[in-house]
Amino acid sequence: MLAMTYRGPQRVRIENKPMPEILHPQDAIVRVTRSCICGSDLHLYNGNVPDTRVGETFGHEFIGVVEEIGTDVHNLKVGDQVIVPFNIACGKCTFCKQELYGNCHEANPQATAVGGIFGYSHIAGGYNGGQAEYVRVPYADVGPMVIPSGMHPDDAVLLTDVVPTGYQAAEMGGIQKGDTVVVFGAGPVGIMAAKSAWLFGAGRVIVFDQEEYRLDFVRKFAQCEAYNFRSIEDPVVFMKKTTDSLGADVCIDAVGAEAAGSKLQTITGRKTLLQAGSATALQWAVNSVKKGGVVSIVGVYGPTLNLVPLGNIVNKGLTIRANQASVKRLLPKMIEHVQNGVFSPRELITHHIPLEEISDAYRIFSDKLDNCIKPVLIPPSARV
Amino acid sequence: MENTSKDYSHIKGWGIDADPKNDPTYPMRKRGNETHAGYTWERPPLQPENMEVLHSNERPNVTAVFGTSMPPKGLSGMIRRYAFQYGEGSFGHWLPLLVADRVNVVEGIVEDLKSGHVPNIFAERGMKAQWKYDRKGLLQGIAVAAAVTTAAVLLLNRRSED
Repeated sequence: MLAMTYRGPQRVRIENKPMPEILHPQDAIVRVTRSCICGSDLHLYNGNVPDTRVGETFGHEFIGVVEEIGTDVHNLKVGDQVIVPFNIACGKCTFCKQELYGNCHEANPQATAVGGIFGYSHIAGGYNGGQAEYVRVPYADVGPMVIPSGMHPDDAVLLTDVVPTGYQAAEMGGIQKGDTVVVFGAGPVGIMAAKSAWLFGAGRVIVFDQEEYRLDFVRKFAQCEAYNFRSIEDPVVFMKKTTDSLGADVCIDAVGAEAAGSKLQTITGRKTLLQAGSATALQWAVNSVKKGGVVSIVGVYGPTLNLVPLGNIVNKGLTIRANQASVKRLLPKMIEHVQNGVFSPRELITHHIPLEEISDAYRIFSDKLDNCIKPVLIPPSARV
Repeated sequence: MENTSKDYSHIKGWGIDADPKNDPTYPMRKRGNETHAGYTWERPPLQPENMEVLHSNERPNVTAVFGTSMPPKGLSGMIRRYAFQYGEGSFGHWLPLLVADRVNVVEGIVEDLKSGHVPNIFAERGMKAQWKYDRKGLLQGIAVAAAVTTAAVLLLNRRSED
């Protein structure tokens, strides 16, 4: 089968790899019909995440058709078309029981801080991902959900990560009616966070980014205010001035490790990897939020030390909430919103690219070429 | 700048998920007393461990399932094994892993060459797309790389002549 393989920083290619096999009674093999490149894949692509091994296949956002099931899979049958959440979760451990599916304790031997994730390096379990024709799906009775009839596959594939992650970012903000919500980052997750903030009753939604085309997109898609931080001397001062000097009620970091906007963070976090990525967006979020406000983090950071303004967090009495999205918990609600027309996730998709052109797809997405918001990969077996 | 959008009727779905009970501890509030007792859940069947799987020293065992994409091997594998002696909060864990990743890249090139495959760096880096959509950026990058390489070669030559 064809699969994307990582060869080193900013080097990926398509290769023939062995077909995945059932290795556990609760496994399924899924034939991929759509997969995406996620902003967080770029941290792997750029070589910023430790224990990313040459030969790995990335891709944690995918949908497909069940081709084979293990002896202990009862909720799926061969031929089902399924949405596969990006988290791998057993459904039995103490964390899954709390619906913290992103924190499962039985899916990732290599680390305890993060759960199992498809195609997200060995730090997230060493699983091959869905940027391939076929993929092994562990705990197939727990995560995957049959795609409702009539749902467009482009909508379905974005429910595996982008939509629930953006939604959970807003949910973790504990938004109360009338709140001012600021989202740092107008990538797909930031766009969905801004859109979701309204569903919790936000009174004002503001987005910061540095790409004009993304700012235009988020203004239209999420009906919010959007500003280019490059044209503002200090985003924090700007936020204070526009909120009666108090700050926003909720700030969302939807950027993570590769944030632009601070030379010190860029050198220490992105270039020399002396900390777990550039925490510029997090700095701005902590400093822009009102005292007693909430900072919600869904941007991905690496595991090593970060230059985080802990003093400010303590002195301001902030509540920080952060997590990988619990996709399974949110899926029913996300499907309901898509079916009722509250969300139209597929409007985020700007590029459909054949899987065989994976190297170009990564370059386009990574360098924000051709006004790319979200690329979807189509394997050859799904094009016939 | 005033907040002028008091009428939210233009926002489809405004406030439909508003929940005053969405307190910061959700969903932790679902935690029961049994969570204090450690590994009390019924573990799923264990995936046969027929390959080397490194596991965090902060847990006693390998998880019930695990990925099998790239078992540790070669020099990078030795460095990874060393790294896993240290806890996840330690530089002793992460820095060797970053070094191992870079060593692994060289191993990958050697593997390619040994199997008769010369890696097409131009294609792997997606330069076809960059040529199409960002020709100026690509040419600038090549020029900078060429200048740095030339400077390095000249410097090394001068030192060897000394």
